[in-house]
Amino acid sequence: MFALQRFPFTPALELRREMDRLFNMFLPEVFEPLGSPYPALNVWEDGERLVAEAEVPGLALNDLEILVRGNELTIQGSRKGVNGDDAVYHRRERGTGDFVRHLTLPVEIDADKVEATLKDGVLTVILPKSEQARARRITVKSA
Amino acid sequence: MNHPTQSECKVTTTTAEPERTRGGRTYVPAVDILERDDELLLRADVPGARADDIDIQYERGTLTIQARVAPRGDANRTWVLREYGVGDFVRTFQVGEGIDSQRISAEVRDGVLTLHLPKSDAARTRKITVRSG
Repeated sequence: MFALQRFPFTPALELRREMDRLFNMFLPEVFEPLGSPYPALNVWEDGERLVAEAEVPGLALNDLEILVRGNELTIQGSRKGVNGDDAVYHRRERGTGDFVRHLTLPVEIDADKVEATLKDGVLTVILPKSEQARARRITVKSA
Repeated sequence: MNHPTQSECKVTTTTAEPERTRGGRTYVPAVDILERDDELLLRADVPGARADDIDIQYERGTLTIQARVAPRGDANRTWVLREYGVGDFVRTFQVGEGIDSQRISAEVRDGVLTLHLPKSDAARTRKITVRSG
């Protein structure tokens, strides 16, 4: 899993954790708690649709699969490690591997009208609400 | 045992705060630093930033990456789920002496910044041929 490979327990990292513990300091923000889901998601409501956004730097649309069924959204894919050259890593914080996120949305989505775009490493999924889920405006007539 | 040889070239992260040029919350980008025969390579995740948004400064051994990221979406929107914040990415590094700072180059693609830090000639690993006597 993606999340696991983000935190290789190398002796150097272990030592560093130990040092941080000793000096009662925190690891920088990039070391999220083990098992934090990838990719992180932001979802908001925009009138007749929901918008889901994820930061997926380095990924192409081909690396991603987006599935919508009813009110379920699934984003899955794979972040490849860069070329298997015999380079020596001094630091490795950017995770690689397969990932999957399932999300239950508050409303049913019209799956046929879902659109996804990827720009500068930011994935945006437009999720139009289904006909039933849309708020209906009811005209109140004066008697 | 066949350990790869590591030269004296080094790029290390620091906790030094670079000078803020804008307000707002900043984020620390995740980075990979790897060493090849002739260069160190630094990759940083800076989703949402394009080439024009990225400033790289090198001064007396301190390398600073700053990627400006514009807010996305309406500030008053109704959130369904909020797992991350959007803001500038900033991080500083200490660069060792074995780097030819004049030839540092950078490119950005799909939200990943790649910095090439060429080793100075003196710092390149020398191969010594051992001949049989």
